[in-house]
Amino acid sequence: MKYTEEHEWLQAEGEIITVGITAHAAEQLGDVVFVELPEVGTEVTKDEEIVVIESVKAASDILSPLDGEIVEINEAIVDEPGKVNDDPEGEAWFFKIKPSDLSPMDDYMDESAYKAFIG
Amino acid sequence: MSDETTSELKKTPLFALHEELGGKMVPFAGYLMPVQYPMGIMGEHKHTRAKAGLFDVSHMGQVILRAGGYQAVAEAFETLVPMDVLGLKEGRQRYGLFTNDQGGIEDDLMFANRGDHLFVVVNAACKEADIARMKAALEPAVTVTPVTDRALLALQGPAAEAVLSSIVPAAGDMTFMDVATLDAEGVEIWVSRSGYTGEDGYEISVPADQAEAFARRLLAHEDVEPIGLGARDSLRLEGGLCLYGHDIDAETRPAAASLTWAIQKVRRAGGDREGGFPGAAHVFAEMADGPSQRRVGLSPEGRAPMREGVELFAAAEGGDPIGKITSGGFGPTVGGPVAMGYVPSDLAAPGTEIYGELRGKRVPVTVASLPFVAANFKR
Repeated sequence: MKYTEEHEWLQAEGEIITVGITAHAAEQLGDVVFVELPEVGTEVTKDEEIVVIESVKAASDILSPLDGEIVEINEAIVDEPGKVNDDPEGEAWFFKIKPSDLSPMDDYMDESAYKAFIG
Repeated sequence: MSDETTSELKKTPLFALHEELGGKMVPFAGYLMPVQYPMGIMGEHKHTRAKAGLFDVSHMGQVILRAGGYQAVAEAFETLVPMDVLGLKEGRQRYGLFTNDQGGIEDDLMFANRGDHLFVVVNAACKEADIARMKAALEPAVTVTPVTDRALLALQGPAAEAVLSSIVPAAGDMTFMDVATLDAEGVEIWVSRSGYTGEDGYEISVPADQAEAFARRLLAHEDVEPIGLGARDSLRLEGGLCLYGHDIDAETRPAAASLTWAIQKVRRAGGDREGGFPGAAHVFAEMADGPSQRRVGLSPEGRAPMREGVELFAAAEGGDPIGKITSGGFGPTVGGPVAMGYVPSDLAAPGTEIYGELRGKRVPVTVASLPFVAANFKR
């Protein structure tokens, strides 16, 4: 598992990377009430805003951590946004991306670095 | 408030209790206030509608006005508000508005006839200006005394009556908008049966040095949870209640704000005590001609909240904005987004379809009747 400074987690499985938000991020957001995901097949670039999350408090964006193509999205969190608070690092993943460039993965944090990052 | 530093912020008598309860403290109107507790905004909101929530509203301004007797102080107060103050019976409270020379709303407030004096509760962010306004206009005939040694708590929700009655039995005899001075095991509390959630409940003024003990007694009841400002906002929004500085301000007159119900007939054009408050001619002209824009409830389609500032349009494409949202968010009881905003009067009828622009996309919005959640008052 790798982590970004934007509080995303990235789980590699073969050439596909699953992306979600960390438990820390979900707690900071508060109760999530709306999630908008990109369409499957969308070509995205790193740092592009591709997901909108609205909590009871505010709206926030998720940036694409990599260049690549969105190959799968988790419709369950669109239908039930509260899942993001219930199981952010498991059932409530956001999207799967097939990266065209894996090199940013080397720069992302491992678990102990992320724990230090969030203090 | 972003320029405030923590050291300049005031604390209410319940500050230590908020911290002990895990309240997340944020700056609000010059005070450090709990925006939420560990239960979270959604849970706190739903708990208040299901059982009872305890809110610290000590940041609000409590003011006593005296002028020899109620009639004299009421006559004086009528020069500042377009409400029937003289006709308010002893032990009763009413919603009011301070107006300016243009008929705009300077603040909204509650005032009560407490026998020999008038008791006024004003918004935290406006209280210094309100006190200055009352002093400038009414002294020396009226004595304006800010109450600075009392906390103000709100106990709201369907279980509020049972909870407060278990400590103060007489509270159960009060009906909506009654006020009373009651004895809570030796502590003098000033109680009104009112609130800012659309639920039955009470607002309770307690001596500052007794406030924490009193709050702990209420919280000891299994039905009571502490509720922060976040849920207070979503509760009042579902209740269709205005937030001053957002839904109404110094540029908004009562008719545009859909608040003419708060102006009793006796003070309206043609009434026995017509006018006599700041900006009366402007207020009456707008009531007679109809406002160009008015405040309405808005139900955005789908799940995405539309928040304050979102621009409204008549059509799905093109055209200039016709209005904007002044309060909006997710309504936990409604289970979807709810908002209030201003639209042209010819588009203000409930059921009218308009659009709100969210992240560059026009999303359908339906004009809705207020409140979104039916009030649950004990009348």
